[in-house]
Amino acid sequence: MTDDHGDRILLGHGSGGRLYRDLVNDVFVAAFRNPVLARLDDAAVLSSSGRIAFTTDSHVVRPLRFPGGDIGRLAVAGTVNDLATAAARPLALAAAFVIEEGFLLGELRLLCQSMAATAAEAGVLIVTGDTKVVERGACDGLFITVTGVGEVVVRHELGAAAVREGDAVILSGGVGDHAVAVLAARGEFHFRTPVESDCAPLWDLVEAAVDAAGAGVRFLRDPTRGGLTTVLAEVAEESGLGIEIDEEAIPVTPGVRSVCELLGLDPLTLANEGKMVLVTAAETADAVVAAWRAAPYGAQATRIGTVTSAHGGRVALRTRLGTRRVLDMPVGELLPRIC
Amino acid sequence: MRAEALLRLAADLAAEVGAGSTFMEVCGTHTMAIARYGLRDLLPPDVRLVSGPGCPVCVTAMHDLDAVIALCGLPEVTVATFGDLIRVPASCTSLAAARAAGADVRVVYSARDAVELAAAQPSREVVFVGIGFETTAPTTAASILEARRRGVRNFSVLAVHKTMPPALRALLDLGETPIAGFLLPGHVSVITGSACFDFLAADYGVAGVVAGFEPGDILEALLMLARQTTPAVENQYTRAVQPWGNTVARDLMQRVYEPRDADWRGLGVIPGSGLGLRAEFADHDAALRFLVDTGESFEPVGCRCGEVLRGVTDPTDCALFGRRCTPQEPVGACMVSSEGACAARYRFRGLDD
Amino acid sequence: MCLALPMRVLSIDGQMATIAAEGLEQRASLALVPDAGVGDWVLVHAGYAINVLAEHEARETLALLAELGDLSDRPDDDEG
Repeated sequence: MTDDHGDRILLGHGSGGRLYRDLVNDVFVAAFRNPVLARLDDAAVLSSSGRIAFTTDSHVVRPLRFPGGDIGRLAVAGTVNDLATAAARPLALAAAFVIEEGFLLGELRLLCQSMAATAAEAGVLIVTGDTKVVERGACDGLFITVTGVGEVVVRHELGAAAVREGDAVILSGGVGDHAVAVLAARGEFHFRTPVESDCAPLWDLVEAAVDAAGAGVRFLRDPTRGGLTTVLAEVAEESGLGIEIDEEAIPVTPGVRSVCELLGLDPLTLANEGKMVLVTAAETADAVVAAWRAAPYGAQATRIGTVTSAHGGRVALRTRLGTRRVLDMPVGELLPRIC
Repeated sequence: MRAEALLRLAADLAAEVGAGSTFMEVCGTHTMAIARYGLRDLLPPDVRLVSGPGCPVCVTAMHDLDAVIALCGLPEVTVATFGDLIRVPASCTSLAAARAAGADVRVVYSARDAVELAAAQPSREVVFVGIGFETTAPTTAASILEARRRGVRNFSVLAVHKTMPPALRALLDLGETPIAGFLLPGHVSVITGSACFDFLAADYGVAGVVAGFEPGDILEALLMLARQTTPAVENQYTRAVQPWGNTVARDLMQRVYEPRDADWRGLGVIPGSGLGLRAEFADHDAALRFLVDTGESFEPVGCRCGEVLRGVTDPTDCALFGRRCTPQEPVGACMVSSEGACAARYRFRGLDD
Repeated sequence: MCLALPMRVLSIDGQMATIAAEGLEQRASLALVPDAGVGDWVLVHAGYAINVLAEHEARETLALLAELGDLSDRPDDDEG
């Protein structure tokens, strides 16, 4: 790229001409580095046998960088994890960018490198994409949409309908870290914390669970917006079964705990970007927990509850005191209480 | 306090409490704590723990909420508020809906943040909604003094703070429910001092115990209430509350506020129960600086929040509860506020074994 | 309106203080507790310290909170 284009994204970069071509080669192809993408065909051709999982996710996080991650890592991990909830090994990713005029090229390069590193970690390539540039003010810096295809590695149907009474509910680690890290980075509530986002690709974790439990795996979901509570409430509602959760078993880091105490937030409703909830047949629970603890990002994996036929459709949390309360789908937006 | 110790406290309470006793808590954070820790499960079956007018959002009159909404409609105004108020239904709409329609509404954690907001945006008029009881009122007062000191002229406060003792008197004067004792608000008492509530025993022969917010605190306070032979006002939360309270905070309140009549949902207008800004601070008084026409205010049809707030109606006795009025689609403040009695009650539905 | 957390004063400049709890650092005003000093524990509500706690009092509250919300030890046995 010649110097007289400066170091910022211009409207011309989205026009499809020379500038655009240079941007694609110098930033995207350079970062994502693979022969499929380098052909710069309008469509990438893939092959697969068996069932395909297909998903898309848009990422509009603010700020773009936060402790533990950035929008690039988030975008790739988010889509890889959605595929993983279908027990699908990621096969290929597409990345579409909407960039605000004036965005720093250097920043874009770094975010693409982050995407490439996360994709490499997940063993998947970014093989096609698109870029549009919008006028200043028309978007919040950068929006990224990542679409993914994956190969489903199980033969049986996963989902809430597969859940049975007696099944075990397993959580891969502590909750609330991503939301707290982003809230801190946003600076609206003026606090500092060492808590980092847990943003991470989790295919290896899911593969380990499938290896350990096989057809015992019933349901997988990553607790993103709405947190653990939302995932559990969805399972209960969609299956018509009840869930009993042991509050004491749910890991929460001290920093998350403090911030939540201060702002009146519930860690169970906060977003995570590197955690997985799994429901599996009771006899496979120990094997899954052991496999997760040995796998990347699963060191704090633990069983947190059981599916039950009582109070169908609802989630009951047993507190440390042995008392119980219902976990409902959270309403409204994330905001701190003070009272 | 370990779970076993708590269960022992609960067992002691069951053994010592008089049958059919009704205790009332008057602090939204106690309502929350009791719900969060499932403490009702630990109470003896014939002990009633009733929620009173302790949620400042719930007791804010519709007319005052409508005034906040009306302020949102002024193009030069940024409304800064605690997050608790965002979803509360006013007569026609809510702050959340107003924001979606283009109003400039910001959630802040502290009154200071609103002052900073005003300082950073001199072309905007920042109005902070001063809501809460004696725990929060001094912080708003301090923010007004800071704004004045720093010359932040585009900062003003819509003062809807209220004080607890007049409301407790009004409630007891109504005499609707025989209350054996009050669980008194722990952090309000940090400011006011526990002695502020002595009148309950002296004038009404009703017991009260100032309580902290952990489950052990609440159970211990209930046990103290159960053990009293003559009604008295005691302090369980000794690690944070003294009889004399925080005199610096009270002096600040005295400097900035004067008592006004205030309209409480469920209790009506209670003389001297509100805190208005003194004339000296007229420059920072949003009620004086901005003329808004709120129109007519009305409560939602069928809503019984007022009775719930007086402790005479259980949330489950309201026909709307759990049917037309849920946390997802609330009709009244008691359901939408995270500290409301109805929202807390809703969490317990259907868990009977 | 009573959410308040015990936190320790790390440093003071003017009327503002930097305060800390485990895994959390924040700024709060000492306008309501002008006698608070570095090292003191204060109860913080809505960005203001509302009183000074003796250390053992603060630790008692924090211990109660921790008992209710600690990371648990790994359960050896599955749930029943």
